[in-house]
Amino acid sequence: MATTKSGLTIDTIDFEDDGVRQTLAQEHTWLVRFTHWLNAISLVVMTMSGLQIYMAFPSFGAKIPQENFVQIPEAMRLGGWLGGALQWHLTFAWIFTLTGVAYVLYLMVSGKWRKVILRPQEFSGVWPMVRHYFLFKPKPDQLEPYNPLQKLAYTSTIIFGVVAVVTGLLLFQPTQFALPVKLLGGFAMIRVYHFAAMVGFLSFIPGHLLMVALHGWSNFYSMLTGWKREPEYLVKD
Amino acid sequence: MNDKSQKPARPERELKSMTRRELLKLTPVLVVGALTLPAFNEGLLKTGLSWTDRAAQSFFNPGRLAQTFNEHELTPIEQFPINSYSDYNPENDLESWSLIVEGMVERPGQYTLDQIKSLPKQTQNVKHICIEGWDVIGNFAGARLSDFLQMVGADPAARFVEVACLDDYYSSYDIESCLHPQTLLCWEMYGQPLTSEHGAPLRLHMPTKLGYKSAKYIYSIKVSNVLGKEKGFWEDQGYSWYGGI
Repeated sequence: MATTKSGLTIDTIDFEDDGVRQTLAQEHTWLVRFTHWLNAISLVVMTMSGLQIYMAFPSFGAKIPQENFVQIPEAMRLGGWLGGALQWHLTFAWIFTLTGVAYVLYLMVSGKWRKVILRPQEFSGVWPMVRHYFLFKPKPDQLEPYNPLQKLAYTSTIIFGVVAVVTGLLLFQPTQFALPVKLLGGFAMIRVYHFAAMVGFLSFIPGHLLMVALHGWSNFYSMLTGWKREPEYLVKD
Repeated sequence: MNDKSQKPARPERELKSMTRRELLKLTPVLVVGALTLPAFNEGLLKTGLSWTDRAAQSFFNPGRLAQTFNEHELTPIEQFPINSYSDYNPENDLESWSLIVEGMVERPGQYTLDQIKSLPKQTQNVKHICIEGWDVIGNFAGARLSDFLQMVGADPAARFVEVACLDDYYSSYDIESCLHPQTLLCWEMYGQPLTSEHGAPLRLHMPTKLGYKSAKYIYSIKVSNVLGKEKGFWEDQGYSWYGGI
């Protein structure tokens, strides 16, 4: 057990390396790694099959007259046709939802949400990180596994996930859930929100992958094995 | 303290090989996953779709009505989309048309449009939602399918209804959805007899299901307990059989 500079506790293993004491910190438990990768696969399937479904009616307006909003290249689609894409979409919707619910419940029960969720008192830490990444200013101290900008990104994905699942359920059962459909502006509007959730995810993924690549493979390893060696955010005793 | 910290110290080389081993452990999983997916996905998707159908079935409530709308909310009939899978024109068949009823019914046989029209007429402004992703509000009138099933003496133990259409379209339904009070044997839209584009002389309309379940040009109804291999024109190609919304 060790403490981060911000005061969170983290499981660690200590070992000697040529006489130097080293610490391995457990960043991700098996549940987080399992749901992360399964969710990542289902996110790809959901996006590509969703785009194929969208091509059956690529508009957010009226059917007559129909004004197409955007054409999706075939390479970005999955399922071949509307029926095939719906099978992928309605199958992986279960995996996407179940892994998402398991992950969020785990965060809440284990208290590890403090590591991931951006709290109001941390908002002020977002801008210095933006300045560091985009304006090449000095890097603020890393106080815990995720910096405030990362926490903002991860918190947003949870929100995108909730929006995607709730609007997806409404699109699946618009007659049974007629009241929420009406309150949210109707079936066509809910398609807009559902699409917007996907755009949110799509805007997260490139930044996420770029950061993993820029920060070396230790982050990637830790999402596979769970552990990171000598993280900078631990308090040295 | 974590009990793993009691373990003897390990040199860095061992640590590196451990993470590599962890990586290697994943490789077979990924490879097997990638290899089996194409062979395995058909079963996976079938299971997924049947879970989804079951979920839709559990959301369905026989007593819950689909939302109805005012006249001024109707989509004008010119803007009511016509999705037919063929250019079938029923005019030649209209004269001799009658509805064939067979299967688990007390009074099988042929029923004329006038016999069907003798049932109480119900008019409703309801949504028509297409699997493609658009929705409109239409005006439909006809007899409740439940009244008709009662007229022909359908067996209360029956589980399914199958319909066949003049344009060779076909579909099948769970009996609960057929008995829903808004499921119509529809002969009028927007106060006019059905036009050929909309399925003259008789179509189904089910606001609790996606549009492809509202079959046009129907000429035969079979009440049954077991579904045959052919469950529906689109359903046999991969659409959800239940189609409940």
